[in-house]
Amino acid sequence: MSTNIVTVHFDGKAYNVPADLTIMTAMEYAGFRLVRGCGCRHGFCGACGTAYRIKGESRVHFALACQTQVQADMYVATLPFFPLNRKDYRLEELTSEHNTMRSLFPEIFGCIACNSCTKSCTRGLFVMQYIAYAKRNDLAAGAHASFDCVACGICSARCPADISHAPVGLLMRRLTGKYLTPPAAHNQQRTAEIESGDHEAELNNLMNLSRGEITALYNTREMEV
Amino acid sequence: MYTSAMQAQIKKIETARGKHTEPPRKSADEKNKLLAAFHPDYQAASFATLQVGPNAGEKAPIELAEQLHSNSRLYTDGALTPIDLNAAPHYDTDVLIIGGGGAGMAAAIEAHHAGARVAIVTKLRMGDANSMMAEGGIQAADKANDSPAQHYLDAFGGGHYKAKPELLKRLVLDGPGAIDWLTNLGVLFDREADGTMVTHHGGGTSRKRMHACADYTGAEITRVLRDEVQSLGIPCIEYTSAIELLLDESGYIGGAVLMNMLTHQIEIARCKSLILATGGAGRMHYNGFPTSNHYGATADGLVLAYRAGARLLYQDALQYHPTGVAYPVQLFGALVTEKVRALGAGLYNTQGEAFIHPLETRDVVSAAIMRECTESRGIAVGEATAVWLDSPNIERIHGDGHIEQHLPGMLRMFMNYDIDMRRTPILVYPTLHYQNGGIEIEPNGATPNIPNLYVAGEAVGGIHGRNRLMGNSLLDVIVFGRLTGKNAAAQAHKSTKTKNALHLQHILDHAQSLKKAGLNTSKISPLLLPNYARNSSL
Repeated sequence: MSTNIVTVHFDGKAYNVPADLTIMTAMEYAGFRLVRGCGCRHGFCGACGTAYRIKGESRVHFALACQTQVQADMYVATLPFFPLNRKDYRLEELTSEHNTMRSLFPEIFGCIACNSCTKSCTRGLFVMQYIAYAKRNDLAAGAHASFDCVACGICSARCPADISHAPVGLLMRRLTGKYLTPPAAHNQQRTAEIESGDHEAELNNLMNLSRGEITALYNTREMEV
Repeated sequence: MYTSAMQAQIKKIETARGKHTEPPRKSADEKNKLLAAFHPDYQAASFATLQVGPNAGEKAPIELAEQLHSNSRLYTDGALTPIDLNAAPHYDTDVLIIGGGGAGMAAAIEAHHAGARVAIVTKLRMGDANSMMAEGGIQAADKANDSPAQHYLDAFGGGHYKAKPELLKRLVLDGPGAIDWLTNLGVLFDREADGTMVTHHGGGTSRKRMHACADYTGAEITRVLRDEVQSLGIPCIEYTSAIELLLDESGYIGGAVLMNMLTHQIEIARCKSLILATGGAGRMHYNGFPTSNHYGATADGLVLAYRAGARLLYQDALQYHPTGVAYPVQLFGALVTEKVRALGAGLYNTQGEAFIHPLETRDVVSAAIMRECTESRGIAVGEATAVWLDSPNIERIHGDGHIEQHLPGMLRMFMNYDIDMRRTPILVYPTLHYQNGGIEIEPNGATPNIPNLYVAGEAVGGIHGRNRLMGNSLLDVIVFGRLTGKNAAAQAHKSTKTKNALHLQHILDHAQSLKKAGLNTSKISPLLLPNYARNSSL
């Protein structure tokens, strides 16, 4: 741990912490035992969306607490939860046609193109662009533009049009995966073979081998290049 | 950033890069010798002997043994906390699922479709689980040159011939169907234009059967499952942990005692069948290792089931993922997906030597890295040592832009600290990643001796033997999640035992056994969350 100490403010109160910690480990160094606002600790789950401002600067920054190093004079507020307006649906009853996104998420048409979502994205995504893709039902483009979203909810906290961005991206991805991608013929064929019991005998033969026999088979198996 | 000494080592790697430096694969003998000398599983000092319970006399990681040798949160001063277990329960359901990760959610969806009333209890939020953090892929033998038998052979040999054959058979046979199921739910796998799945190798695979969603495979699967669970209206009880299992008069599972993680309020859940999908144990930091695991990975399910009388299997087999981040310190222990090696990154020591084939099984690669560091061919970074993972070789092989397209999560993680893995190698050291063992189950997913108690996901022992291959965990999460969901629902339909009295006699029995063994402990378990707060007495 670094001997260089910086002062960081959690919910307005000052704590002196080693400069090489993340916001999350600095909170723990300060003595907080986290229950909320802490999930995977490695940038994948979106539990630790956080706002901060450096003293004297006008700009507010947004980040994941687990992925961001502390800085001197940082004022931190965590946002462990933000209510999102997700929708219940049956994917098999939806289509990839034009009115799916529009009917489930009409608020996306209230977007005023302020780009606050993009500016606040903790993963650096072009959020406003994927909302634009949703508006024109370009699902595949929206699926890929939103793919790295961890649903921390920060963009929705900033949005003047009250859009819930993460569920919009998620539905575009699910529709793309289910309806806009051709079936994997090799997977369907293998699944059908297995259902017909075609692979049982070969497996049972392997399972009946002696330890010496299966070891020899394993050690000499051919490796695909 | 990298020191000048490190830069000099990078120069050596750049010189070696592309000149056929990939070391040959090791023979079985060589691998065994390497493991025996350097893998923590093979060092007696890593383990303690269990004194009580179904596995008494066997070894377990020291930190797990301590949890198994502790008392219940509901036991103080020789008595149970007075709770009316048979009053109107807070939750009453057919199938109760403990754990909101991939296995729990897959089970919930299938149990729901089988007509059961289902509820999921989870310690933090839905999806706060190792499933969310699985990066590199999911195996399934669905290509023309592959077969379930070939998959079985890879996994059985990679697990040192210790997998339970019937469980492994289930895993490989249901693999292609699991991919089909996920695709139908809208999981966005990497595909060719004609729909063909893009597949890669993993360590120890003889065929390219690793299906992936960039390097967010687990996240993509988990967020889709979560959306489906929520859309189906399945109750998800968040920030609530199970702190004991409840049995009924005839020894059947009957429910669980729950604790609200925020208010510490105790609640009772009653059920006809129960699925433990509580995941792994990385946050126990066995052997002092950092971990790639999520915050709640503390072996809770093993502790609860063990106290209720379930047997563990291979609780002494742990997986250290070869490539945890060693630098920068802010990312210490975080996972660098095996896909980085599958795409062509080699492993190098201070001398610029590629010292191991990068796609040997995880235990072998980890042991090789530990050997390099023990024998002073590792790079000192702060208090840690490390080896180089030559990520730029990926773009040398596959062209510019390949890392951004296929490893966006890794690229972002390092770029955050101004390390461009497209241009410079990165520093790695093994990180505690997976519990290979867990609770013993039958081929139908049920524990042998506690009727109607099922286990799925990382909490299970025996599917993988003593070492799991990359991509077989996401697969077991889906396969055994679905299987236990269906079977638990069917079992619940058959059950007429709803009103039998529930009890916690096993807690008293456990306390008695501890006393008899001379373990006068004041410790309680399960851990629920690690305590990282400095100077905390909480």
